[in-house]
Amino acid sequence: MKKYARAIMVIAALTLGLLFVFPMWKITLLAPQYPTGISIEIFVNNITGDISNFNIMNHYVGMKTITVKGFPELAYMQYIVLAMMAIGIVIGLFGKKSHFWIWAVLMIAFGTVGLYDFYIWEYNYGHTLDPAAAIKVPGMAYQPPFIGRKEILNFIAYSFPALGGYAVGISISLAGFAALIKSK
Amino acid sequence: MKYINKIKSVLTLIVIALIVAGISSCGQQAKDTDAFRKGALSSDVASRVYVAPGEYDEFYAFVSGGFSGQLAVYGLPSGRLLRVIPVFSVDPEKAYGFSEETKPMLETSFGFQPWDDAHHPELSQTDGSTDGRWCFINGNNTPRVARIDLTTFETAEIIEIPNSGGNHSSPFTTENTEYVVAGTRFSVPYPQQDVAINTYADKFKGMLSFIKVNPESGLMNIEFQVLLPAFDYDLAHSGKGKSHGWTFFTSYNTEKASTLLEVGASQNDKDFIAAINWKKAEEYLAQGKGHDVPANYKHNVYDEATHMATSNQMNTVKVLLPEECPGLVYFLPTPKSPHGIDVDPTGEYIVGNGKLSADLTVHSFTNMIAAIDNKEYDTIIEGIPVLKFEKVLAGTVKAAGLGPLHTEFDGRGNGYTSFFISSEIVKWKVGTWEVLDRVSTYYSIGHLMIPGGDSKNPQGKYMVAMNKITKDRYLPTGPEVTQSAQLFDITGDKMELLLDFPTIGEPHYAQGISADRIVSKSKKIYKLEENNHPYAAKSEDATQVVRDGKDVHVYMTMIRSHFSPDNIEGIKVGDKVYFHVTNLEQDYDVPHGFSVMGFENAEILVMPGQTETITWIPSRVGVYPFYCTDFCSALHQEMQGYIRVSAANSSTELKWSLGE
Repeated sequence: MKKYARAIMVIAALTLGLLFVFPMWKITLLAPQYPTGISIEIFVNNITGDISNFNIMNHYVGMKTITVKGFPELAYMQYIVLAMMAIGIVIGLFGKKSHFWIWAVLMIAFGTVGLYDFYIWEYNYGHTLDPAAAIKVPGMAYQPPFIGRKEILNFIAYSFPALGGYAVGISISLAGFAALIKSK
Repeated sequence: MKYINKIKSVLTLIVIALIVAGISSCGQQAKDTDAFRKGALSSDVASRVYVAPGEYDEFYAFVSGGFSGQLAVYGLPSGRLLRVIPVFSVDPEKAYGFSEETKPMLETSFGFQPWDDAHHPELSQTDGSTDGRWCFINGNNTPRVARIDLTTFETAEIIEIPNSGGNHSSPFTTENTEYVVAGTRFSVPYPQQDVAINTYADKFKGMLSFIKVNPESGLMNIEFQVLLPAFDYDLAHSGKGKSHGWTFFTSYNTEKASTLLEVGASQNDKDFIAAINWKKAEEYLAQGKGHDVPANYKHNVYDEATHMATSNQMNTVKVLLPEECPGLVYFLPTPKSPHGIDVDPTGEYIVGNGKLSADLTVHSFTNMIAAIDNKEYDTIIEGIPVLKFEKVLAGTVKAAGLGPLHTEFDGRGNGYTSFFISSEIVKWKVGTWEVLDRVSTYYSIGHLMIPGGDSKNPQGKYMVAMNKITKDRYLPTGPEVTQSAQLFDITGDKMELLLDFPTIGEPHYAQGISADRIVSKSKKIYKLEENNHPYAAKSEDATQVVRDGKDVHVYMTMIRSHFSPDNIEGIKVGDKVYFHVTNLEQDYDVPHGFSVMGFENAEILVMPGQTETITWIPSRVGVYPFYCTDFCSALHQEMQGYIRVSAANSSTELKWSLGE
């Protein structure tokens, strides 16, 4: 088993590459007149999906327009991921057990910061409303659920990690496993 | 006194008997009337046509609108009207024939033709099965054929037919949609000229046209025409399987009457089915036998990328003359003014529905080929051999009913023939010609339709009767009442009436197809990035108003819930204002409409990603509102704007804005 530790560590680093193929997170709005739902997908460097329909729906209550440019994180996050992949491969090939642990802990730290950042964005998105909005519901905020399902006026909102998000979890787990079985 | 008492009692008995007889006969008449109205309905039919809310029908039915000029789309078995596709008539609801983009669709060699009479829808086929790509339909009055694209359910193309006097025997595809056809109902002078009508027999000719369909794009062109004697060419169907390569046209008025045809055209014991060997025609064309004849007709094509139609002037057509092309045309004598002509799924049997007869004449393709090989001719008319009737006949469905018009097939070896005069459908066995079942229709059936029932592969679950008269079938609506279709279940031995449903205009022919052959291909939106309309504004930044002399072009956008611009000033009385309106939505089922107060035009109804143009020549100064005519969103009522119109000599500056 021990002899596989390096290989597993390299695989852990490579798994992060899935972030460039699959979205990290997905938010879906469902309503009677949107029977198949409208969704946006958040990638490490992009946002795709029905952004324009999200914006058309949300402008009635004065929510800000979602644009890719509005997320500075999307510009630099990918480089952190690429750097972590490179470092992960290098320590996988040449590093010590402690390096494995450090990498895994760093990844957990980045992940936590990322989730916190996502939460803050959601809070602001749901609470920063244009005072000139056409529809104003007293006391109403439109913050999407952090994880899970939430009813917001006529919509049901779903927010869940997507394949890319799971890849991060798998990567961290693999790195931790590699560290556990590594002999020094 | 004794006698008087006797007489009294006898009289009393007679009176009682008369009353009883009277009551019972009244009762019988009421019972008969009731039976006429309801047919033999079993109690559970409602559940068999019930399509629950949110669920889909199993079949699409494309039913001609007849004198409405349009094509109606229904779901079967529910009979629910899903859409009316404007084809040959203007439709102010959809700006068809009013928008600058669609006006060219209705151009003809005679000019803009706002109406026609649409008779026979025909679905495209691949290997003899309906493929759900296109639906063709003929314009009967000003001869034309239209092609409807079944990804958008919009008319994509209309081609005018020259040298024709009424396009009735059309379009009727070949089994791979190599051709759709167009035979003239009214023979006309050839070439068209100023002659006395009583020169009919000498100067008039009947023309049958073959329209080639491009297998990829669907684009049509008149590949060739065949010049025939001055008969009335009534209906057509192409061969399939073994008879693929041939198209059959019925004719009446082989007497060549030009007045009081109801008598003059009903004298001959037999008229003709014209059998055209179009594969032979292709050989003759390759040999250069086609005459390039000057012609004047329009070919109108709608381009989905530019959202715009263009009308093209066409100037020649290739004509083949039967006397120069042996083997191209044969006449099959067929009793009593045959109306519909229908080829069974195997391609062997050719049914001539002799509409003034009680019998149904069925010819055999194999017999026909043998008669041709053995030169079994009765005579030769204008270079066309007339085959011996008894040599081509396969059989007769005897005394089936009165006035047979049309036959469809279920793919299980049965034919179903509509009888106009006796108002019924008769089911019979192909090959043995025995009558299996009959069922009344309400009233006076014309065409009937089984999905795929004129193709090689019928989907024989339902049958639709299209009736010419409804009388008392529905709530009365004044002197003009709806026309009607009736749905039958034909899966059992007995045909079973399930449902009546009203139709638009007059339903002539129809086509049916299982929904799964269309649903997945149906377009939801037009992609904005693929919009190549020259006047499209693909974002609000691109909106502008441009003056070019008296022409003013407004590049406008619409999105929930505003127009951009929504304030326009500097328009002057007498300007021609072009509103080029682009719907920026990219979401399913979010059209927006546009209309200006008093602009003497129709609304435009713009689909997501589409651009449409409507014009206005303002005649009075003032400020005029415009608004979204299709309820689009919570703020639909706020989706509005103003246009200021100044005097022709004013110096009001041209400007436009949104939210300023």
